[in-house]
Amino acid sequence: MSRARVFDRLATLLLWAAGLGTLVILAAFLIRILGQGLPYITWDFLTTRSQAMKAGGGVGSQLFNTFYLTGLSLLFSLPIGVGAGVYMAEYAKPGRFTDLVRLSVEALASVPSIVLGLFGMILFVNTMGWGFTIIGGALTLSLLNLPTLVRVTEETMRSVPAIYREGSLALGATRWQTVSKAVLPSALPGILTGVTLVAGRAIGETAILIYTAGVTASRHMGDLNLFNAGETLAVRIWYVKSEGLVPDADAIAAGTSALLLIVVLVFNLALALPLYLWQKKRMGR
Amino acid sequence: MLNRAYVSDKAARYLLWASAAAVTLTIVAILIFVGKEGLLTFADVNPFAFFFSPEWDPPQGHFGALPFFVGSITATLIALLLGGPLGLACAIFMAKVSPGWMRSVMRQASNLFVGIPSVVYGYIGMTVLVPWSRETFGGQGVGVLVAGMILAVMILPTITTVAEDAIRDVPGPLEEGALGLGATRWQTIWGVLLPAARPRILAGVILAFARAFGETTAVQMVIGNAPRLVPGLTSGTSTLTSQIIMEMGQTPPGSPWNRALFMMAFGLVVNSMLMILLVRWVSNRGVAK
Amino acid sequence: MAEQARISAQNLDLYYGAFRALRSISLDIAEHRVTALIGPSGCGKSSFLRTLNRMNDLVQGARVQGKILLDGKDIYAPDVDVVLLRKRIGMVFQRPNPFPMSIYDNVAYGPRIHGESNKRVLDELVESSLKGAALWDEVKDRLSKSALGLSGGQQQRLCIARSLAVKPEVLLMDEPASALDPISTSKIEDLIRDLRETYTIVIVTHNMQQAARISDFTAFFLSGELVEYGSTGAMFTNPKDQRTEDYITGRFG
Repeated sequence: MSRARVFDRLATLLLWAAGLGTLVILAAFLIRILGQGLPYITWDFLTTRSQAMKAGGGVGSQLFNTFYLTGLSLLFSLPIGVGAGVYMAEYAKPGRFTDLVRLSVEALASVPSIVLGLFGMILFVNTMGWGFTIIGGALTLSLLNLPTLVRVTEETMRSVPAIYREGSLALGATRWQTVSKAVLPSALPGILTGVTLVAGRAIGETAILIYTAGVTASRHMGDLNLFNAGETLAVRIWYVKSEGLVPDADAIAAGTSALLLIVVLVFNLALALPLYLWQKKRMGR
Repeated sequence: MLNRAYVSDKAARYLLWASAAAVTLTIVAILIFVGKEGLLTFADVNPFAFFFSPEWDPPQGHFGALPFFVGSITATLIALLLGGPLGLACAIFMAKVSPGWMRSVMRQASNLFVGIPSVVYGYIGMTVLVPWSRETFGGQGVGVLVAGMILAVMILPTITTVAEDAIRDVPGPLEEGALGLGATRWQTIWGVLLPAARPRILAGVILAFARAFGETTAVQMVIGNAPRLVPGLTSGTSTLTSQIIMEMGQTPPGSPWNRALFMMAFGLVVNSMLMILLVRWVSNRGVAK
Repeated sequence: MAEQARISAQNLDLYYGAFRALRSISLDIAEHRVTALIGPSGCGKSSFLRTLNRMNDLVQGARVQGKILLDGKDIYAPDVDVVLLRKRIGMVFQRPNPFPMSIYDNVAYGPRIHGESNKRVLDELVESSLKGAALWDEVKDRLSKSALGLSGGQQQRLCIARSLAVKPEVLLMDEPASALDPISTSKIEDLIRDLRETYTIVIVTHNMQQAARISDFTAFFLSGELVEYGSTGAMFTNPKDQRTEDYITGRFG
């Protein structure tokens, strides 16, 4: 066999090893997280409030806050993110303003989340004087969502064939009627995929929330007060492992990690499935 | 009736424009707020000392942030060193070698890697890698090596996704040309595909660098949080992000200590701005060629 | 021309940036007749069609000089409402482009954006438009099904129905049958002959037999210029210009 051929075989082998190795790493992670954590996930763990000093606390409030904060952050960021994306795809003409917005989106996407957290802290905790609040955390979290939403919306809108726009405009539709009635519906699946992506990240975010939503949670389950501090699952893991005083920190961290992972996975599936079915229906079987 | 259509058309145009402008406004506000707070540091602290002194002892008035810059850079470079080749290999594998079913498995795996929250990465690092490192290398176990390893896994999807797309987008005739000349698959990959895809792969690596550099929670949980210059691969040190998250809570707003932490945050922002400019430059150069 | 001119292009130039795509075109389009625009690809026939309902406005850098009169009024005058213009001048495209929604919603799209929300009126419009496009019998039992489930030929007739639903006066068709099989094509051609009773039709085609079969007048474009224009019968039997003859006898293009 020639040298080149030997190298080719060797390379193929190594590339397979890299691919399989990556899968092994992932499997090890999942097995470790779920294996360690699942035993701690009991009904009590999911529904009781947490303890500051004693063992045996649950993460009920944190579980609620995770969804509450993520939902609120989407509520704030979706209109602006999708709006800006639509603007960039459908209205923006080449020029200084468009370049500036595009650069801004890239810049905002690259700002480390800890910096967003500090920005939110200056703005909401100090300047507004709210202290650590759910609303402050959610508003800051929406800055994390924003660039992804803009980018995904713009890309998806652009991928909608021009013939839909022409068809609508030729019927005498205004630009906005065309965008909202003919283009956006076609782009919706893509945008929703972007929303899942964004929500998954928001659910697991810590650095932004520690100094905006804080590391304590309401004593009452399902407390909707926007001006309470709102510790989430992810922040809870961080807190008990780095600063917490509870004696069962390891158990809480293990259980919460597994729970968080499950939440992220279920969330992705829960949105992906209806999306798939809806799209299938729209395409006329 | 038509009038209403016109009014909403106008209104929509303005609202959408305002949304786009809001994004720009946000990033400008971040630069101003964080930058102002940070630059005020130099009212009390000598800039030279901030950037080049290794001594960080705020209660004693020593604000040398050098250890954190060095810590961040070291951990990130280790991450690239470990994650870069592996990510690139996965990308080549997915683009040119793997059968279809394996590719979709890898895609799902990549999505899962992205989906795992960074605090969970940190938790794994803390409970698995740190003890492993302590047993293998002795010492504390915490430090830039474990931080780099965790970051390597975290940036894997970034590198893999960007590089796979880049390789896949190399025009077919180029590849067929090489294969037609009797080159083996590996010779084609190494000699034709990778050079052609290089600008975009490089852009992916820069993005990965930016991500790793700004990662906070995962790093903070395994770095050891000792404010000193990197003493070794497996001894406690600290990074820009981890130091901010550790100390921000205990410093009163407006104090030099607080401002110094903001200055470090501003350093993170400046770094990420430089990275996106670098990405643009690299990508444009690729197009021009 | 003896016929009454519905649309009249006068010294029309079209530029894409610095490129001059149309060179002083002057052409009268007769009411209730089918006018075919023929010529090799890139000759400007589609560009000309798109100037008639100002679809070229959407192209960055496109610029028009000269006049197009619709019932004697310049459609490029500054006070012209493009939206109303496009309501009066419908367009059917080369590739069928039904929206990804139900058959009913596709046809009702136009009336709805123009403010019609009465269910009874919409039902009637959908039915009459689908009948007008000779599609009603094929789809009347599945109006709520996705339009994307229709065949290509049905989709194109749906697009015609969609245009008819806004009650246009003129129909522009940009190679409406070029993406279809022969059977669907002949259905569309039959339909065009029927529609002539009610509408003024301008059709771009690269198929000369098609132009000969369905049109009353034919305009031959070459390199952005109008080479010859006249009644279809005369042009195909006795072309005045050598280039026209070369083209219709298949010597180029």
